[in-house]
Amino acid sequence: MDFQLSVEQKALRAGIREVLAGRFGRDALRGAVDRPGVDRGLWRELGGAGLFSLCLAEARGGVGLGLAEAVVVFEECGRALLPGPLVATFLAAGEVPGAGSGDTVVTSPYGGLVPWLDAADVVRGDVAGAEPLASVDPLTPLHKLPAAAPVPREAALLYAAEQLGSAGRTLDMAVQHAREREQFGQPVGAFQAVKHLCADMLARVEVARAAVYAAAVTGDPVEAAAAKLLADEAAVQGARDCLQVHGGMGFTWEADVHLHLKRAWLRAELGGSARDAEELLAASL
Amino acid sequence: MDLTYTEEEEAFRARLREWLGRVLPALPPKPSPADWPGRRAYDTGWQRRLYDAGYGDVHWGASPTTRLIFLEETERAGAPYVGANFVGLLHAGPTIATEGSPEQRERWLEPVLRGDEVWCQGFSEPDAGSDLAALRTRARREGDTYVVSGSKIWTSHAEVADWCELLVRTTPVSEATPKHRGITWLALPMDAPGITVRPLRTLAGSTEFAEMFLDDVRIPVANRVGAEDDGWRVTMVTLSFERGTAFVGEVVACRRVLGELAAHARKSGRWDDAVLRRELALLAAEFSALWRLTQWNVSEAQHSASGVPGVGGSVFKLRYSHARQRLYDVAARVAGGASALDAGQEWTLDRLSSLSYTIAAGTSQIQRNIVAERILGLPKSGKGGR
Repeated sequence: MDFQLSVEQKALRAGIREVLAGRFGRDALRGAVDRPGVDRGLWRELGGAGLFSLCLAEARGGVGLGLAEAVVVFEECGRALLPGPLVATFLAAGEVPGAGSGDTVVTSPYGGLVPWLDAADVVRGDVAGAEPLASVDPLTPLHKLPAAAPVPREAALLYAAEQLGSAGRTLDMAVQHAREREQFGQPVGAFQAVKHLCADMLARVEVARAAVYAAAVTGDPVEAAAAKLLADEAAVQGARDCLQVHGGMGFTWEADVHLHLKRAWLRAELGGSARDAEELLAASL
Repeated sequence: MDLTYTEEEEAFRARLREWLGRVLPALPPKPSPADWPGRRAYDTGWQRRLYDAGYGDVHWGASPTTRLIFLEETERAGAPYVGANFVGLLHAGPTIATEGSPEQRERWLEPVLRGDEVWCQGFSEPDAGSDLAALRTRARREGDTYVVSGSKIWTSHAEVADWCELLVRTTPVSEATPKHRGITWLALPMDAPGITVRPLRTLAGSTEFAEMFLDDVRIPVANRVGAEDDGWRVTMVTLSFERGTAFVGEVVACRRVLGELAAHARKSGRWDDAVLRRELALLAAEFSALWRLTQWNVSEAQHSASGVPGVGGSVFKLRYSHARQRLYDVAARVAGGASALDAGQEWTLDRLSSLSYTIAAGTSQIQRNIVAERILGLPKSGKGGR
């Protein structure tokens, strides 16, 4: 048993982090808020980097890696707050022409929602009766559906991985702010009330990470349900705490905190209902 | 990311499981918590059986993964916990193994592993709990002897211990000697003249720990582990063992209790209560993740050169101690009504003792400070930084 990232997995994480930092940094993120839409150029670049075809067999033009590697990559997407129907396109690789290469943007209904319906080239699943919704997340257009669609286990886990990345990012933002922002003559991070918020954020991230990675390795549906619940909590509560640490600044449109919180709420829904996950876990006892 | 065990590790697991299956049914019942000498004999007897079967050194001789398997299997089988051997096996032993001289290792380690000698912990004092470095028990040097006076508190197993891992102040606090320096780690023989032990009653009604008064107690300098005035560093080694791995096996036990709660709720009809059912589900998620976090931490320790658990143990302890309290609060709701208030019920006793988990071995507030300052690099709290 060596439950740590392998050398290859660490290299993969560093590689995707570098690509995203270069191609979707802070300016690009704020630009996307002002001009929402799928950036086709970026989509193809991500496809070229193997993001969508990561788990597709090499014989079929993919990278031939497993769910554990996919989780590492999606964690980075969550950190960067990368918009677009990433999960649906990823799961369509090898089945929808052009999905793996990033030439085709694919969306699917998950639960009672479908994201990016108008922007997608291909829709997999029944979206009859879809009605536009004023999405709370400025970076994710949404339609609501009359009936809930099932959420595949892999989709739930990939959303959980994104939640994990977002939780890690809001923790970093909170810690950086707590180190720099001074009040009463010292950094606010010296105050235990602030310190303890940050410590609890880290504890949630670490527990969620162990759960998400383990579920990706074992493929166990009960573990995946647990991972999703813990990652949702880490992302949503992490963003809330990050906002609190930022004080008034956190409540402004200019701070990125609200974008993380809104996306975290969204992913919690798209990745399957908490109720279903809890009932699955209860039934396993 | 690999969660599979090697053939060798699986063989160890199979051997252990087979041995437990053979030995446990013939084990006599555990004496009551009030019967300290009986408990000591029971706990040391169990340690001796482990030793004779080749499992004596599993807490600090074996690889971390082997230890993980040992804890998982013994907890799963319902084998006795370390009990009175807790300090010897999980604190003093690992500390002496890491920091002691060859003679000290020779003198003290084997008797712990054989279940011949029991240790207790003399760290905390009435005015030095979480602020451990504020301790005042004074040791004055007279030739080859330290003469020690002062008092200790929360000393678990003091009544039945042979040795005490004792922290004393060898140099008074001054501008030249901040409070974290000037502390020394000594092995105190509990039969030395001048020691008075007075049991303390816990809120659970038991007498798990005691106050200890030291009046000119003479301890040979040869009993010092580490250098004089270097006891704080030695202690940090001890505490990282305590926070890092001492609670690992209990996660397995909590998962077992969770299964028992579900079975009980199904039988009593309380399973139909969706709120209760889903609360059990959330605890299942938590303990499942804590078990995976344990494996993560153990893998990480295996990669580190020192083998000493890192501060990541604080994250684990923080989450685990609160989850354990939630577990027994939910147990009270599963039991329901009068049963929840019956101090004769095992779940009630466990609920009461779970209250110590967020205090002992560093309160949750101290753990959060450690996580924030040592992992996240936030500034230390100064005066007014509270």
